[in-house]
Amino acid sequence: MKYFVDQNGYFGEFGGSFIPEMLYYNITELQSQYKNIITSYEYRKLYKKLLKNYVGRPTPLFFCKKYSDQYNAKIYLKREDLNHTGSHKINNTIGQVLLAKKLGKKKIIAETGAGQHGVATATTCALMDLECVIFMGSIDIKRQLSNVNRIKSLGAKVIPVLSGSKTLKDAVNESIRYWINHPESYYLIGSTVGPHPYPQMVADIQSIISEEIQIQLTELEGVSFPNYVIACIGGGSNAAGSFYHFLDNNSVHLIAVEASGLGIKTNKTAAAIHCGSKGVLHGSMTFILQDQDGQVLPAHSISPGLDYPGIGPMFANLFVKKRVSFLHSTDEEALRAGFELTRSEGIIPALESAHALAALKKISFQKEDIVIVILSGRGDKDINVYNKFFVKLLNDESNI
Amino acid sequence: MNQIYNLFKKKNKNILCIYFTAGFPYLNSTVKIIEILQNLSVDLIEIGIPYSDPLADGMIIQKSNQISLNNGMNIDLLFDQIEQFKEKIKIPIILMGYYNQFYQFGKDKFLKRCQTSGISGLILPDLPVDIFVKKYQNTFKQYLLSMIFLITPKTCLSRISMLSKISDGFIYIVSSNSITGNVHFFFGKEQTSFFQRIKKLSIEIPKLIGFGIKDKKTFSISCQYANGGIIGSAFIQSLDHNNLEGSIEKYIKSIR
Repeated sequence: MKYFVDQNGYFGEFGGSFIPEMLYYNITELQSQYKNIITSYEYRKLYKKLLKNYVGRPTPLFFCKKYSDQYNAKIYLKREDLNHTGSHKINNTIGQVLLAKKLGKKKIIAETGAGQHGVATATTCALMDLECVIFMGSIDIKRQLSNVNRIKSLGAKVIPVLSGSKTLKDAVNESIRYWINHPESYYLIGSTVGPHPYPQMVADIQSIISEEIQIQLTELEGVSFPNYVIACIGGGSNAAGSFYHFLDNNSVHLIAVEASGLGIKTNKTAAAIHCGSKGVLHGSMTFILQDQDGQVLPAHSISPGLDYPGIGPMFANLFVKKRVSFLHSTDEEALRAGFELTRSEGIIPALESAHALAALKKISFQKEDIVIVILSGRGDKDINVYNKFFVKLLNDESNI
Repeated sequence: MNQIYNLFKKKNKNILCIYFTAGFPYLNSTVKIIEILQNLSVDLIEIGIPYSDPLADGMIIQKSNQISLNNGMNIDLLFDQIEQFKEKIKIPIILMGYYNQFYQFGKDKFLKRCQTSGISGLILPDLPVDIFVKKYQNTFKQYLLSMIFLITPKTCLSRISMLSKISDGFIYIVSSNSITGNVHFFFGKEQTSFFQRIKKLSIEIPKLIGFGIKDKKTFSISCQYANGGIIGSAFIQSLDHNNLEGSIEKYIKSIR
């Protein structure tokens, strides 16, 4: 496990715990206890039971015949969109809420961009009877109103974030500030970002995805390692969970797809690896979009879940060590890929996942290659954005 | 000699430290505020370098940061402004910012500019102590710059003892586990018992209390348990854009 966190909380030169003293106690409490708790028999048993009976795991590994013909490879979709609440996010919220309960916490705070993590957190808190406060940028609230209403109906409180860029980055800032003021609560980070131990902890919990891929692939193809695993990446939780069991096997090509917004040559992008530089954001050293003074620049992506100016520190290290290849897809490419999957397989992917699908066009496969694309979430939440685009495409027959 | 040492050598009681954000309310107001504050016998000045993501700060400081950045303030310009006024500065000045600003600007360039501008110390609340000790402590000493660390009511005894040894100039006692500028906050039993606990410890370094100090009463409590107090959000809130001098004078006189 050479790409995992070291005993000081670093992935190579990235990660760490860059936090004000006011959070020191909470973070060290978590650092010292999480590993023992999440590896204990009692925890694993309960976690797996809930994933099976509540979340609906294992999620299918679906062979796409038409896609396979089109892209000249064996293409499978890992259907995280079929999880309860519609994305991979619930794996993490179940895992962390169980941990929070073990730590004796009564209140959960979380941030959300696309709303998927917010919905998953609120759902898990409803199930486990915990108070829940969700921070969401006011711009994202407008973009993802159906998820906001869902979060509220689940009994959670939504606090609109009006500071900074009013999107995911600032929702994280406000959650951290709230946590400083309410140290008795548990901060449930939704991605592989934040101070140590969050990046590794979220990856550990999400590793259920690659664990299942190995089992399913053995049944379907008689091998436990695919040739390619392709996942979209914002902070990195679905990519971390999908790459986890393959990191130490160099024969598996791991492809992370960033959201390049209007393009990596514009300033309307969220591609932190392609356009960012080394710096500290939300408690860890990683790659971020910033200016020469270290001011964090606003990210842009059509998918709110990828609209984040940083990337998890684990991935900054995987990029530097050249273990993961980083591609990028624009808003337009993602929309087209989303439309293509809808037409081809009858599945509307989340805009986030559509970025991963768009990368299929950018890789030359061999006919026998086994390719897994992670369908991290479903596109119902994005239907308004899709509809505008679909109408445009349908009206212009030459594009179909 | 570092100006902070000079200050505490001459005076170790009732130290009034004022925090404000550089470039707020105007791009060129920084030096003017320093001048007014030292004329009003403020003992120490902490200047906040505006940041896009000030994690430990409440709404008042966040807003002042945003306005300052919109005004066009940046680190180079801030050093330029202070450097030009250097000869007239008689009291110690410390800068407060976040680690990414220091890291991105470049350690050597940053420390050199602190020296040429006459800065005496730095507060970087999110810089881990072990990284400071490993990477920066020696260089800070070479430049005669103090690094000031924070302790909170949740900091355990052994860590308080470690931090008070590594902190230089003074140690910053955060009155409550909170972000800055909590307007509803009053010093209660929890705070005074924390201050009492700290007072009983044999900490050799001077102590200043910050967070929640906004008026004469809270300032006098901080002077009772430590060498003085730091006022930030309440001072920023008191600034009248149309009458900077008058508003500052009125506020500082209400404290002392």
